[in-house]
Amino acid sequence: MATTPVLPKLVGARTKRREDPRLIRGRGTYVDDIALVGMQHIAFKRSDVAHGRIRSIDTSAAKAIEGVEAVFTGAEIAEFLAPMPIGTPFPSPDHRAVAVDTVRYGGEPVAVVVAVDRYVARDAADAIVVSYDTLPAVMDLELAMTGKPTVIHPAFPNNLAIALVPSGTGVSPTGAVDDSAVDAAFASAEVVISQRMVNQRLAPSAMEGRGVVAHFEPGKETMTIWSSTQNPHILRSFIAAMTGLGQDQVRAIAPEVGGGFGAKINIYGEEYVAAAVSKRLGIPVKWVEDRSEAFVATTHGRDILGYVDIAARRDGTVLGLKMRLIADIGAYNMLLTAAIPTLTMLMANGTYNIPAIRTTLTEVFTNKTPTDAYRGAGRPEATYFVERAMDMLARELKMDPAELRRKNFIQPNQFPFATQMGAVYDSGDYEKALDLALKNAKWDQLKAERDAARAQGRLVGLGLAMYVEVCGLGPSSSLPTGGWEHSQVTIERDGRISATTGASPHGQGNETTFAQMLADQFGVPMESITILHGDTGVVKQGIGTFGSRSQAVGGTALHLAGAKVKTKMAKFAAALLEAHEDDLVFENGLISVKGSSAAGKSFASVAAFAYVPVPLPEGLEPGLSDEAFFEPANNTYPFGCHIAMLEIDRQTGEPTLLKLVAVDDAGVLINPMIVEGQIHGGLAQGIGQAMIEEVVYSEDGQLMTGSFMDYAIPRAIDFPRFELDATVTPTPVNPFGAKGVGEAGTLGSTPSIVNAAVDALSEFGVKHIDMMLRPEKLWRLIQGGRS
Amino acid sequence: MARVSMTVNGKARTGNVDPRVLLVHFLREQLRLTGTHIGCDTTQCGACTVLVDGRSAKSCTLFAVQADGSTITTIEGLATNGELHPLQQGFWEEHGLQCGYCTPGMIMAAVTLLKDNPKPSEREIREGISGNFCRCTGYQHIVNAIQYAARKG
Repeated sequence: MATTPVLPKLVGARTKRREDPRLIRGRGTYVDDIALVGMQHIAFKRSDVAHGRIRSIDTSAAKAIEGVEAVFTGAEIAEFLAPMPIGTPFPSPDHRAVAVDTVRYGGEPVAVVVAVDRYVARDAADAIVVSYDTLPAVMDLELAMTGKPTVIHPAFPNNLAIALVPSGTGVSPTGAVDDSAVDAAFASAEVVISQRMVNQRLAPSAMEGRGVVAHFEPGKETMTIWSSTQNPHILRSFIAAMTGLGQDQVRAIAPEVGGGFGAKINIYGEEYVAAAVSKRLGIPVKWVEDRSEAFVATTHGRDILGYVDIAARRDGTVLGLKMRLIADIGAYNMLLTAAIPTLTMLMANGTYNIPAIRTTLTEVFTNKTPTDAYRGAGRPEATYFVERAMDMLARELKMDPAELRRKNFIQPNQFPFATQMGAVYDSGDYEKALDLALKNAKWDQLKAERDAARAQGRLVGLGLAMYVEVCGLGPSSSLPTGGWEHSQVTIERDGRISATTGASPHGQGNETTFAQMLADQFGVPMESITILHGDTGVVKQGIGTFGSRSQAVGGTALHLAGAKVKTKMAKFAAALLEAHEDDLVFENGLISVKGSSAAGKSFASVAAFAYVPVPLPEGLEPGLSDEAFFEPANNTYPFGCHIAMLEIDRQTGEPTLLKLVAVDDAGVLINPMIVEGQIHGGLAQGIGQAMIEEVVYSEDGQLMTGSFMDYAIPRAIDFPRFELDATVTPTPVNPFGAKGVGEAGTLGSTPSIVNAAVDALSEFGVKHIDMMLRPEKLWRLIQGGRS
Repeated sequence: MARVSMTVNGKARTGNVDPRVLLVHFLREQLRLTGTHIGCDTTQCGACTVLVDGRSAKSCTLFAVQADGSTITTIEGLATNGELHPLQQGFWEEHGLQCGYCTPGMIMAAVTLLKDNPKPSEREIREGISGNFCRCTGYQHIVNAIQYAARKG
């Protein structure tokens, strides 16, 4: 008798990715790979001044170019496209996808060309002549807050998008502020450290820029829009609203998406323009972003100034924290712009039990590209401010930075832990992560190595940082889009499985991890499962992929939908096997009676029976397909500890990262290989921020870092081999215990590296260095220390 | 318009192009070989890397007319008789890609790297692919993938 092959359990295995065979052969389809019959190309004429009134636009030369289908000025676009919507409840100035009379950042669109190909479209855009009455550029954040040199939006005095929002200890839900506890904490402190810190502006820089193809079919009154987006369902909602169509009339497709990192959550003006122009002209249109456009037209990240004060006793007990946050949000509110810095406030506790915290947030308009989510989105900023402050405190108290942190941790028996900031941390064991990181890094040995290097005159430093982040976003109460995720699982008539997910991936490998989960759930080979995503015509509902939510929320929805179908399939199998449905096991492609030696029924034969059920078991409908919406009761709070060793060249100031040890606790892992990849990528972006990345503007508002020649994307040569490990603290928020991992790497790496740089330069009395660690900046500190 | 002829992935191909058309646009839009990607305007990122007469080259920095008479290999032509090239296999085995956008260029750059230096050190690999950007992986698994191919090659 032939034996049934035993299928290995896949959840927890380093399963190779199912996405890869097409991608390594060059057979993936990204937006720019899509070509439709009759498709025309869009190019944007963009402002080359940061702030100015449009005096005139001359499009005659552009219109005269052969192959140009149409040219629209901002005023002409405004005749058929409403102002840009946002996704937060904060007040927002009028924002047009194409500027009508005033431009407010360099790169803001002022006119649109539609032409036969991308070369002609670009020629025509270049042939448009715009003249401006230049206005003073508002570039300095703290000057901008005083209304100087001018006010960008008249309805927002002193350029304040949000004047001041308080949060933390003694702040009531109505916004009333009682400072007494915070004041008492600082009054009773033996040590207070105060530092101004800049968490600088970054360019997200997915390797695939943005792109959109919009196809309105006048006969059917339907719109199909392909976009390089993280959330096609949100895109569908906004495109429908902006084109006057119903959501049932719009199909949004995220094909292969070449990275997002938060910047492809936002719904952009170019997407609205493409959809509106396609509808207006009745033809398919395509727009693909150049890299030089991406630097000005895709939202930037971070750019939060923090005034941080930390109060403690001499024994290292932290008594209080103050964090005054001022965010430079650029010229306009985009989808989530206003909400991102609120996450910095939310995470002000870090991993510590701090009795009194006061944070305030002010958001300021400047003549720069708008900011929005970038990997970590508010949490790396919080981690950086808190962990820099803790490190300064340790240095002041001459305590080992690990021991200071250990002394102040929230303890494992305190979870769920309601923070001063309104978060409820789900689960955690911070000391365990710290101890594993210290062990893996050989902390004491590293300190000896550092000291030996210093004895030779080398500038070597060690830095350590803890982090906790908020992931698995989130309950619907915290997201205007809704915080659930959706899945539909179908057992097809041939016994194969198709499953949809609203968690639309862009490199996360959901086709693999979700298939691993279903393979185990149904006891079938992964090869018999297809995961469908990224197409609102196929995936009925969804939110999208951001906030490290794919597994924690999307994976749970998938599992719950699978469980519903499995329950029904068991009823069909029970009828065939004349057994009770609760006595059945699904494994190795069979459904059989538990403990029975009798042969079970093949999975495929039960599926076939469910679609031709003769006789139909009582109480059942034919078919095997069901859906689930999963609404999490809380966010998840992954955490970890990162340790960096860094050397600075005494002659040139050039920093070299020698070592990076990371311990990350993302809860239960479905595919540790994919998790490692996520952490590596996050580390790379965190290290990039700490060491080489920074968006720089000139005083008159010109972007000085407008290409990869000037903005430093980390290269392979910039990194040592990362040393990873994990602790596993499951979350009670979802049945798998998975927390999320997409952003973790950006949190601990940044402060650990700056802490190491400050340590390396401690002989010069250096207490703080703002990122990035430009060699010239470090060289000056070395010189200053000598003089 | 200029007439160009080249051998692409073993096939003789011809086309009429404006002299300013970049090789990458000729490959992608006229020959519909969309596996070769575009990631920047300034020859930094390497997403467009192909083999021109057996050497890796950034196809966004060549006009199609400059490649007239050349032999070109793109990612679509790297596997032989359906069997993955050791580098393709290595990227799959070692999780050398996430979003996949830089991957074709990264693989084509690595082809030349291993041709010149079949047993590179980790440092040599990292230097060898520093003309190719990846924003997803932090490069460690890409290094592992190239080491895998070096062992198999």
